[in-house]
Amino acid sequence: MRELLSMVFIGIGLGFDLLGCLGLVRFPDVYNRLQAATKCVTFGTCSILFGTFLILGFTSAGIKCLLALVFIVLTSPTASHALARASHKAGVRLWERSVCDEYSNSSK
Amino acid sequence: MRSKIILFVLGFLVWCLLSWPTDGQHVLVGIVVSGLVAYFTGDLFTRRPHLFKHVTRYLWFFYYLLVFGWECFKANIDVAIRVIHPYKPLNPGIIKATTSLKNDIALTFLANSITLTPGTLTVDVDKAGGFLYVHWIDVKTKDTEKATKIIVERFEKILRKIFE
Amino acid sequence: MKIVRYGIGLIIIASILVMVLFFPDKILKVFIAPELSSVGLLKRGMGILLLSAFFCLFRILRGPTPSDRIVSIDMLGILIIGVCALLSIVTQRGWYIDIGIAWALQSFISTLALSKFLEGRDFDE
Repeated sequence: MRELLSMVFIGIGLGFDLLGCLGLVRFPDVYNRLQAATKCVTFGTCSILFGTFLILGFTSAGIKCLLALVFIVLTSPTASHALARASHKAGVRLWERSVCDEYSNSSK
Repeated sequence: MRSKIILFVLGFLVWCLLSWPTDGQHVLVGIVVSGLVAYFTGDLFTRRPHLFKHVTRYLWFFYYLLVFGWECFKANIDVAIRVIHPYKPLNPGIIKATTSLKNDIALTFLANSITLTPGTLTVDVDKAGGFLYVHWIDVKTKDTEKATKIIVERFEKILRKIFE
Repeated sequence: MKIVRYGIGLIIIASILVMVLFFPDKILKVFIAPELSSVGLLKRGMGILLLSAFFCLFRILRGPTPSDRIVSIDMLGILIIGVCALLSIVTQRGWYIDIGIAWALQSFISTLALSKFLEGRDFDE
């Protein structure tokens, strides 16, 4: 039963990882790619780690899985935020069909 | 001083979890290492240590985790549909939203939870003016106040009760 | 024209997925201790993670700006943690998770350093 539940979690995580990286290929500019990749890959890897914790139980490796999960949830949005800000300041344009850009209006 | 004690307890807890079947040697080394770290860098950890005593903040934090998990799941479904759709239903843009939070930790949590919720990504935080610049994958409104009501408010209410 | 490209990509990805899901031994040669009943499923799972890593490599190859490449490197770092978790189940060795944690730390710090470098400022800020 526990193994079946953990297999379900790992399957969901693998699907979201695949879709996130497909979004990295298909989307048109850096900011949209960051959206798809950060959300889907973070959630997918967290799901895989939780399934691994369910299989291994409260052993040393299982608890390290939980710590890695908390670490990824805290750090991955921070990294994507830093990257978005840096690429906007380095002059990477938005997609040409974008609607509005309030940030470049306000910073100049 | 109280800040150092809180950092010591947290560091010792993480050490015990990392070396999970803890025996005497691990506990001894953990006490020495987390004591040294807390002695040198403890004052940087928190400026208002009396907030750690309130029980209701922990309950609100638990409620925040539930809301955040549900929003994160919805966000993933949304992005996955956009990825496998043949015509890529994108309508992106960067909009401006306001926030009334002033605390550093609260702003960090707000920015992180905006990044992991449906269709939004925080680009920059202007702390002095209280502005957030948010990249939105499907812009519904360009107006600042309406965007604030849609994006920011559902987390801001909970985070104010936790951190302010 | 667009729908033709979509169809070709769909066919390629579906065929690779069928290959990974039904004939994993021809693609992956991983040493496995057969103690759990679900080891075969995990082997297929590692195949799917490998396919996602190939998408990231495609973006590193094609990316028009440096920030595209940095995004792909960050995502590769997070995918490797998943691979480490699956390997620690399959081979019954717990220390693969340690490699995952260390890799996560290194990946986060390298992403921050690269984005600072992209922003064109000094490192001491």
